[in-house]
Amino acid sequence: MSTNGALLRVEGLSKHFPIRAGVLFERTVDAFRAVDDVSFEIAEGETLGLVGESGSGKSTTGYCILQLLKPTEGTVNFMGTELTALGREDMRRMRRELQIVFQDPYASLDPRMTVGDIVSEPLVVHSIGTRRDRRSRVRELLEVVGFNPSFTNRYPHEFSGGQRQRIGIARALALSPKLIVCDEPVSALDVSIQAQILNLLKDLQRDFGLTYLFIAHDLAVVRSMSDRIAVMNRGKLIEVGPAEEVYTNPREDYTKALLSAVPVPDPRAMKERKAARRKLRHALAEG
Amino acid sequence: MALLDVTDLATHFFTREGVVRAVDGISFSLERGETLGIVGESGCGKSVTALSIMGLIPKPPAKIVSGSVVFDGTDLVPLPEKRLEDLRGREIAMIFQDPMTSLNPTLTIGTQITETIRRHYDVSKQDARKKAIELMEEVQIPRASERLDDYPHRFSGGMRQRVMIAIALSCDPKLLIADEPTTALDVTVQAAVLDLLDDLRHRHEMAMIIITHDMGVVAEAADDILVMYAGQIVEQAPVHELFDHPEHPYTEALLGALPQIEGEGIRSGRLTAIPGRPPDLIDPPVACRFAPRCPYASDNDTCATVMPELREIRKEHWVRSAHPVSQRTGRLAGSEVPV
Repeated sequence: MSTNGALLRVEGLSKHFPIRAGVLFERTVDAFRAVDDVSFEIAEGETLGLVGESGSGKSTTGYCILQLLKPTEGTVNFMGTELTALGREDMRRMRRELQIVFQDPYASLDPRMTVGDIVSEPLVVHSIGTRRDRRSRVRELLEVVGFNPSFTNRYPHEFSGGQRQRIGIARALALSPKLIVCDEPVSALDVSIQAQILNLLKDLQRDFGLTYLFIAHDLAVVRSMSDRIAVMNRGKLIEVGPAEEVYTNPREDYTKALLSAVPVPDPRAMKERKAARRKLRHALAEG
Repeated sequence: MALLDVTDLATHFFTREGVVRAVDGISFSLERGETLGIVGESGCGKSVTALSIMGLIPKPPAKIVSGSVVFDGTDLVPLPEKRLEDLRGREIAMIFQDPMTSLNPTLTIGTQITETIRRHYDVSKQDARKKAIELMEEVQIPRASERLDDYPHRFSGGMRQRVMIAIALSCDPKLLIADEPTTALDVTVQAAVLDLLDDLRHRHEMAMIIITHDMGVVAEAADDILVMYAGQIVEQAPVHELFDHPEHPYTEALLGALPQIEGEGIRSGRLTAIPGRPPDLIDPPVACRFAPRCPYASDNDTCATVMPELREIRKEHWVRSAHPVSQRTGRLAGSEVPV
């Protein structure tokens, strides 16, 4: 893989959480390796899909890239800057370029702030524009994400999950970032609404040249969004490659098991898939 | 005679904001040993349907305002709570989405399984314990006899769902209702649990109602499928028929909205999003409830004025729409052959 043109380069990234024991003299007895020696790159304008089951370390990887969690080891190089070496103030400035969209549109928006305040907050934090500039920017952002801009004075609880996720996306876009980490952005949404949001994310990528790290457990969702796909299991990145290749010709047994377990909306294909996945499960249990 | 015959069932919630017509006149029947899938998005009434059958709806605010639920020849709707308690667990069992909250964290797994057995059968503690171990082995919980005395927090999500299934099976019910049984589970665990349910229903000759939002899950688990939307059944057909030739614009759109795992142009393509969202069930559209989101409804038809009937468009294929695919296009979905 070429290292030129990589917007983000992660090398040897690890995040260990201490396991403590003892009551009075608590000490660290071991470490839980949530992320264990993970390396990958993302080119500008591409989407890297990060899949894995719960506890595989995919979200922790995302948080370590954004420096929301301090990595135990490894480097995170973004646009030529080493993020792990940045001080607080420099990292804060760097966040203009790196944003995140969270899974739960119910928990990630402050219920006491209006929609307008939520979307303009990043602009305020980074002291961008006058009050009037910000107001027009908020309207523009809301329009871009398909949210009625006349609702800026309303509160998040007045909106459905899909609408809230649009607010979260508008907030992430406010500073015109280069990279957005999408952490399970549609897993709380119904299928028909999920499709609206996935289409929106695709449109925004095309229109603004965004780069995505797209984290999700749903293999079909990840497939539809990603150019390349990385598979994580128990903190390790076990396979990475072009989406088409990983899905049609997976190298690792774990990836095969994961793919064969997905229930597809095609009852005729199910019989074969069921037989295949039973076999793989036995193989994995024994191996 | 069918094992379960639901006729014109309506369950409404009487709230301060108004009457929520969560389930609004649904009918279906289920034969012995068959599996029915009920599929739909949040708030379509699929779970309330299950709870209404079980007599578990919270009263108040909810009330079954009309209809009957005839199980094995007896209408359950007018039955007193005491009689329902005898039936629940013994004849009809239910498993829920969240195995974290449906087990009591302060009791051992063994206590919770034997409790159900001893509630319905007059057996000694030892015998109930023996039966519990057998059940745990049947649902493939490793080291069953040791794990019997563990508390729920020692089990993973998938193992807890297996415990729930063991409890559900303990009295050999004729009907198992599974409400989003695998939604909280990882995909490989989901596959294992679905395989287990499939084995068990054959071995115990048990009928099953599987309720889910996941088209993939019903495609693999169900013989017949009901698609619900805004408290009503909008389409009903055997599984192959439904997926081969969907008729209702909503079903068609739902299938189009699903991202595919294999095929051409997935990355560059767009999904068929359904604009808007489901109607408020306090004051639903008087006519077709899907009309406001339907791409085929127009001013020249009756979609906004007349409620379409659920009609049999082909043998065993029922649809509630003025614009079913085959009539709109003159051919079956996914087929070149004119109807």
